Amino acid sequence: MTRVLDPHTVRAQFPILNREVNGKPLVYLDHAASAQKPVAVIEAQREYLMHYHANVHRGVHALSQQATEAFEQARVSVQQHIGAASSNEIIWAAGATDGINLVAQSWGREHIGSGDTILITEMEHHANIVPWQMLAEERDARLEAVGVLDDGSLDLTDFQEKLKVNPKLFAFSHVSNTLGTINDAAALTKQAQAAGAVVLIDGCQAVPHMAIDVAELGCDFYVFSGHKTYGPTGIGVLYGKEPLLEQMKPWRGGGEMIDVVSIKNGTTYAGLPHKFEAGTPHISGGIALGVALNWMAGLGLEAVMDHEVTLAAQARNGLRQIEGMRFIGEAEHRAGVVSFVVEGTHPYDIGTLLDSQGIAVRTGHHCTQPLMERYTIPGTVRASFGAYNTLQEVDTFVAATQRAVRMLRD
Amino acid sequence: MWLQRSERFACCATNFALMSQTLQSRQEEIVEEFAFFEDWMDKYEHVIELGKELDALPESEKAEEHLIRGCQSRVWLTATKTPEGTVHFQADSDAIITKGLVALMIRVMDGLTPEAIAGADLWFISRIGLDTHLSPTRANGLESMVQQMKRYGIAFQAAT
Repeated sequence: MTRVLDPHTVRAQFPILNREVNGKPLVYLDHAASAQKPVAVIEAQREYLMHYHANVHRGVHALSQQATEAFEQARVSVQQHIGAASSNEIIWAAGATDGINLVAQSWGREHIGSGDTILITEMEHHANIVPWQMLAEERDARLEAVGVLDDGSLDLTDFQEKLKVNPKLFAFSHVSNTLGTINDAAALTKQAQAAGAVVLIDGCQAVPHMAIDVAELGCDFYVFSGHKTYGPTGIGVLYGKEPLLEQMKPWRGGGEMIDVVSIKNGTTYAGLPHKFEAGTPHISGGIALGVALNWMAGLGLEAVMDHEVTLAAQARNGLRQIEGMRFIGEAEHRAGVVSFVVEGTHPYDIGTLLDSQGIAVRTGHHCTQPLMERYTIPGTVRASFGAYNTLQEVDTFVAATQRAVRMLRD
Repeated sequence: MWLQRSERFACCATNFALMSQTLQSRQEEIVEEFAFFEDWMDKYEHVIELGKELDALPESEKAEEHLIRGCQSRVWLTATKTPEGTVHFQADSDAIITKGLVALMIRVMDGLTPEAIAGADLWFISRIGLDTHLSPTRANGLESMVQQMKRYGIAFQAAT
């Protein structure tokens, strides 16, 4: 039986959505930048700080044991949520950016050499471009990007072409934050691996909206951020296949990641997953992220996706009536993201006028400057939807955009 | 000799006093104008009008060297010194609200002496609530523009 999501029940769990902005009820359509938090997540962090805060993995005392247990249980929640084989494959990172940098600095410096190719796509977030660019520069390697077609889908002919040089790594986004394009991650992974590449998927815009199964995807690495998936900021996840992580050297040194430290005889490292987690981790963040994922699963992930896609479709139908409307990202498979420009107006002005009407959208390049270059636009207005958004909010947004465009153009 | 210097000082002081008065009255005028509008949509409507009324810069002037950084939209600012010794500003932006804000800045600062521009206290921005209402990026952009105008003021001062 397919479940249907009731956004009003969901909304009731988000205290922030009751507030006003500029004298108007807040309409929050900037989920892709960061999701708001349900009470369950807020309470999980509060509960930890109020009742069992202590450092993890080292104390004999009750509080430390309780904190360690909750923190490690959260790791298991993440493992189960994304279908990883073992909790050893779940590395806590500060965010997706941090996870990608870990792979670039640890796996990358070991495996990327002079003349090698790192393959990304033109639709990547800067977080999935710059760490590779830095690595390529350091190792004298080449960075290549698979092109994007006019409709915002990946150019698969170009992909085949670029695989011919046998890239060492293929890093791509599961879902584009700007275009909303959902890439066929399993197929891309399979082909890239057949060409000899290790595959990293940036799942920041996928995990908050759909069920993820890394075993089914077959990827070597998968990263995502906590705050985009209803969890706290400052916490994220790097998934890696255990044999691969096992071979990798630690990136950051410090406490927590060691076995024995001797100034005379050197240091031996802890096993997985702690070898990559130097220093005291974001304990409350990890615990609350586990809660956030369980909370999401409780909504029914298919229902979440269906709901958000319905909202996006209604938004497009409304916006399409505006003269000079141009959608950026019209691929067949899309998540709940609507990116657009309107002839004769600047995205920034539309964003400002929407904010004045209590509506939060993002404007600009969305950390995807190569994509803006690709479409020769200064930026877009982007509305992105979450489980808590309603059809009424979409109507408010469409009407407010119409008003903004009228004011700017007349 | 002493008398000459004193006279010259008196003349400059008068001029400076006149310039500050102009700066004050221009700002008061803008504050009054904005007090008329009740909500921010109306204020923005007015800003947009001002933006549309401001003469566009010729394309040739929209050059990299006139670009002001620190904003999501682009702003170009040029300054020339008139034979009377005052500064003439021209500016443009690719976003109309930004252009309206730019028009306000020009209304306040155009035609003043380099000294008055370099030392200008621009209180109208906070009085009409722009500093708190604008997004941080837009506020940064506006601040960059103020700084750039003052830099022109200082440069023209040094040139005399």
